[in-house]
Parts: sequence; C-alpha cells; structure tokens
Amino acid sequence: MIPPAVRARRTRWARTARWSGWLYVLPALLFYAVFVLRPLALTFQYSLYHWNGIGVARWAGLQNYVTVFTDSDLLRIIGNAFVLIVFFSFIPVGLGLLVATVVRRIAGGPFGTVVRTVLFLPQVIPLVAAGIAWSWLLSSTGLVNQVLRGVGLGGLARAWLGEFDTALPAVGVIGAWVLLGLCTILLVTGMSKIDPALYEAARIDGAGPVREFLAVTLPGLRQEIGVCLTVTVIAALASFDIVYISTGGGPGLQTTVPGLEIYRLAFAQRQVGLASALGVVLMALVLLCVLPIQRLTREDRG
Amino acid sequence: MSGYTARRFSRRGMMLVVPLTAAAVVATACSAPGADQPSSGATSGSVSTQLGSEQITLEMYAETGFPLAKALTEEFTKQYPNVRFNVREDQFTVIVENAPRVLASDSAPDIIRLPTMVDLVKDGLLKNLDPYFTAYGWEKFPASQLVQLRVAEGGRPRGSGSLYGMGLGYSVTGVFYNKQLAQKVGMTQPPATVAEFEELLAKAKAAQVQPIMQFNKNTAGINFPHQALQNQFGDPAQIADWIFQKPGATFDTPAALKATQTIQRWAQAGYFPKDANAIDYTAMNGQFQQGGGLFMFNGDWESANLDKAMAGNVGFFLFPGEAPGAKHVAMSAPNTFGVGAKAKHPDAAAFFLNWVHTNDKAREICVKVGGSSPGGPPDLTLPPVTEGTVLAETLRAAAQLGAENGAVDFTANATGAIFASAITPEMQKLVAGQQNPEGYVKAVQAEYEKELSR
Repeated sequence: MIPPAVRARRTRWARTARWSGWLYVLPALLFYAVFVLRPLALTFQYSLYHWNGIGVARWAGLQNYVTVFTDSDLLRIIGNAFVLIVFFSFIPVGLGLLVATVVRRIAGGPFGTVVRTVLFLPQVIPLVAAGIAWSWLLSSTGLVNQVLRGVGLGGLARAWLGEFDTALPAVGVIGAWVLLGLCTILLVTGMSKIDPALYEAARIDGAGPVREFLAVTLPGLRQEIGVCLTVTVIAALASFDIVYISTGGGPGLQTTVPGLEIYRLAFAQRQVGLASALGVVLMALVLLCVLPIQRLTREDRG
Repeated sequence: MSGYTARRFSRRGMMLVVPLTAAAVVATACSAPGADQPSSGATSGSVSTQLGSEQITLEMYAETGFPLAKALTEEFTKQYPNVRFNVREDQFTVIVENAPRVLASDSAPDIIRLPTMVDLVKDGLLKNLDPYFTAYGWEKFPASQLVQLRVAEGGRPRGSGSLYGMGLGYSVTGVFYNKQLAQKVGMTQPPATVAEFEELLAKAKAAQVQPIMQFNKNTAGINFPHQALQNQFGDPAQIADWIFQKPGATFDTPAALKATQTIQRWAQAGYFPKDANAIDYTAMNGQFQQGGGLFMFNGDWESANLDKAMAGNVGFFLFPGEAPGAKHVAMSAPNTFGVGAKAKHPDAAAFFLNWVHTNDKAREICVKVGGSSPGGPPDLTLPPVTEGTVLAETLRAAAQLGAENGAVDFTANATGAIFASAITPEMQKLVAGQQNPEGYVKAVQAEYEKELSR
C-alpha cells in the first residue's frame, strides 16, 4: 500500500513526464510539420487551382480531379503503374520466397553471406546508375541481345526499351532486379525467427518440403511478406528514377508512370494544379492498395 | 464500439490531430497561390550605354556543355576588368524548368539562357530590351535575325512586338554526311532536290549503309527531318505563324501531312535506325562519328565536335527543295539570352550583349567556340575559319540562308510543352507504326490548342 502523499507526487511526476516527453519530440514534430504536413496541405490547396507556378492562380474547384479521372492519357499512365506492381511486387516477393527457402539452409555459412551480399547489392547501387547500366544491357547491341544472337535466337533480339510491346515489361524487369534483393533479405531474416522445433515437428509428421513451406514457412512469414508487399507496391506506384533514366516515359506513353507525369506536368507544362491533383490521387491510390495489405498481414492482436 | 472509438480519439490522439488540422487550415485558408509580378512593360527611356568603371559582378545562368557563354565572359572581363561574372550552369531542360522560379526570385540573374520566352514575358519576368535596341542602334541588324526574339504585349503572338532577348550566336540546321560512306554509295555532291535525297537513301539502304542516323528517345529527333520536309512542302510563313501562335494558325496543313507521310514511308523503308526510339541525342552523335550512318539531321553547334572527331570526313548541306534551285529553308534559332526583369545591372548586361555582336574578338569566339554565326550588323566581316572544315561549311550555309531569308524557328518551340507532350510521343508512335500521318498531325494540333486555351 502506497501512502497517499507518495501517490500524489507520482501522479504529478507522471504528468510532468508526459509533457516533457512532448518537449523531446517537439523538434522532430516541427520538422515533420514544416517538411511533410505543410507541403501536403499546400499540394491539396494547389490541386484546387489552375496555376502555372508564378502568376496569379485561378480557382478551379474539382476540375483538375475531373481531368485526372477522364483524360484517357492520364488513365493510361495510372494503368501503367498497376502493371508495374506485377513486376515490382509479385515477382520479387514470389522469387524472394523461393530464394529465401533455399538460402535458409546455408544462411549460417560464409556462402550464405556471399549470396545475401550479392542479392542485396542492387539496393546499394543508386537507381540512376542501375537504370543507365540496364539501358546499356537492353539496347539493340547490348549484352542481352548479344547473348540471344550467340545462342541462335537472333530473331528475338530487339531494342527492348524502345519497342512498344516490350518497353514496359523491360522496365519492370529492372525494378524486379532492384527489389528482389530487399525482399529476399527481409524474408531470410524472418525465417531465422521461426522456431526450428516447428520444422522438426512438421518433418516428424511426414511433411515434404512443399508441405513444410506451406504449413510452417508461409504463415511464419506473414508479417515480413506484408512489409515486402507494402514497400514494393509503393515503389511500383511511385516509381520515377528507373523509368526516367531508362526510357524517359517512351516510346509514346508506353512507360510513362504517374511520378514522371507529375514532374512533367508541374515543371515542363507548368500546370501545377493538375500535377498536384494527380499527386493527391496517387497518394490515395497508394493508401488504397497498402492499407488492405497491412490489415491482411497484421498479426492478430489476441 | 463507441467505447473503442472514444479510446481511439483519446487526448493523446487529439493532441496530434489538432495541430495537424490547424496547419492544414492555415495553409489552405490563405489566398490563392502566386502573386502579381512587377510588370516589365516598356521601361522608361533612361537606359545607359555606358559601362562605367564601378566594380560589379554580373550573375549569369547558362547551359552546361556549351562552353561559349563562359568563354565570352572571360574575354569580356579581360577587356573590362571591373566587370566580373558569376556563371551558374545547368542542363537545358533544367533551365527550362527553373527559369520562371529563378527569374522570380530575389537573386534573379542579369543574363539568362532562355527557353521559350512567351510564358516568361506573360509573367513579366523578362526585361523589355526596346530602349537598348534604340540606344545601341540594333535596327542596323538584319530584322530577320531578331524576329524570333520579339514578343507582343501579354506574350502572344511571338515574332512581333518588343525585343526580349539576343543571340549568343545564331545557329543553323541541316544535314551532316559521312564522306567515306557517301563515296561508298556513289554520292558525289550534295543532293539538289528532295527526290535526289530520297534516291541516296535508297542507294545507301541497298549498300547496307544506315541511311539516316537519328535519335528519337527522350525527345523526338526525327522532328528535324520532319520539319525539313514540312518547310519545303508548303509556305514556311505558315509554319512561322503557327510557331509564333498567330490567331488561326494550324498544324493541320497539307504540307505537314505530306511531311508526316514521307517520314512514315522512310521509317517503313528502314531509313531510320530500327531502334531510333531507344537512341538518345548523345548516342546518335557517338554512332554517327563512328560511321554508323550516312546522314544526320543536326545543327551547327556540333560542327566543332564533328571536326574534331571525324576530321576531313564530314560534310554539311542545307536540306534541298522539291525543285532544283528552290529556296532553302532551314530551322535556325538564336542561342537566346535575355535580361531578367529583376536584374541588378541591366545596363551592363545589355552592354555585354551588344559587345558580343560587335566586338571582333567576341565574334571570333562565337564562331570558334560556338560554331555559329555571330550575327550583328551585316557590314561586319565574318571571322576567318580553316577551309575544308565542316565549320566553314556550316558558316557558309548560315550566310546563304540569311541571304535567301530562309530561316524559320523550330516547331518544337511553338509552345512550352508541345515537344514533350505531343511531338515526342506521337513521333515515337509514328515511326513504330502505332500512329498514322493523319492522326499525328491532328494530335499535335489538338495539344497546341489545349495549351493555348489555358
């Protein structure tokens, strides 16, 4: 039993502590407000105007949003981003699971370290450099076509990034290459947390590798897969650098993505209002895609 | 349920929500973004043509990769030691994107490399140079030299009205050719007609020589040959009207359509590289220098580079007309520089621009470093260059074009975004067989109208 006086002092202390806690986060909060919240609010404000960035703005109401949802070019561009999800998210996560399952067995040894380093390397390379390197590899005289010609498949050789049918998948492949490493590392780390006893139990119950994967590994990795999907879906929807460097959005509008279009609208076409509206819509789309993933993969809280 | 909600909107939650909402409200409640810029309309006549002896520093914003501007500033400081320059350089596309904001800022440059100037004039960001035009007697220059730099009140149309820029050199475009490959396909002299040019393309193709090396990635390089054809298939004045945004001008003309059909035919015949949509400007130059094509449509700004990389093996001609002896028409544009409306030393900036056109040493630098005609009054002689170089050929071509009065601006400069938003993607589609000529012409005109209606 605590004497009343002590309890009172403790409550007071707790109250002070609560306030001083805010004091500690105040600088960070200030930066957050100035560099994140204020731009966010301004973007929303700009999206309601016709504005060239310099002169006087004209009130537009929701007209910019109507344009975003009715302009066939802009809808196509948004569609391109969703195609990229297949390459940026599904392929890296799928392949990552496969690779991680294999790597898990050798994770401890020096070979495991090598494999992890090699796979993670694309994350360390700046995306611009990766984009340039890949546009060399995929050019009409690049390594990919040289290999194809070398093995007698010269008929398949083409300017991968320059042709209408192959440009978007080719950009997707670059993205998959970049994100595969990140997914694999996250999944390997997740696997090391799974209780080995579970695997043992599964094996005693007579489960093969596939059954073991489905019954033990996959459920155990639920959270990690959630993180992977979240990060990669955002990377797909908000992609910019790889596309800008490797194709510049061409040919035609084949590889133009919302990030690139926002930049073009705002700085080349000087339609700050429309660019902001597309930005807000893009943010809403990202949330719309990511929130269900978060909900589905969250660990149940009892 | 209600209890759960109540807990979620606890005091701690509210403490976050309140400032956020407040911030959002404050940000959105304020007036419309943007503000009136001080008008740069006809300034009072009190301009000085004296440089003075005061120690000053001119702020300059120039283009990376083109050493001309810097070379000129160095020579100027040598002649007038009291004037120093602070040169900031960026890629041209970056300047295009930055110019309005940089010019609107308090540290606006005195001299700036200009992209399309219509919007800048509309926003009152550029100095009206009319008083200097009178004070320095620039009316002695050929009128056609400065016509592209005139903008009417309010920004439209271009090509008439007040002067807002001067050229650091005046470029001309045409066709470069590889002399060794020309010999191989039996080309003894530059073609005299479009038909002869097409014959050469066919001969080159038959001899397994890439007929035209042209880029079409990022920006549509095939717009060069397209406009070269368009210039010849109709009245170039129509094209100029369209570029200058004169009322009623349209891109949907028989000349443009015929040019587009020709480009389509050339693309189908394999006269352009098969992967043109994956070749950018730098790659094109590299490939042409290595013998990757017989012809390349480009401008005299590359003359010095080509003389260095393929000395003696490169020639240049103006694109021919349909009939022999037809008037030459070529895209030609000043390397435009203007003076910021907020410039701190506008008099000195104008003095510098005048000096570039009239000083012997400066004119020599324009030719040697910039590769382009220095412009200025016609009675001043052209600086001498080594005979046999492609630089000498492009200079002669520029003089010839001036004499024939055949200069026309680039269609890509018609509006701020026409190149990026219509010409480039539609041209990429056209050469890949994803767009037909009628559709191309209509799409470009539609984007033009969309932009002018804003």
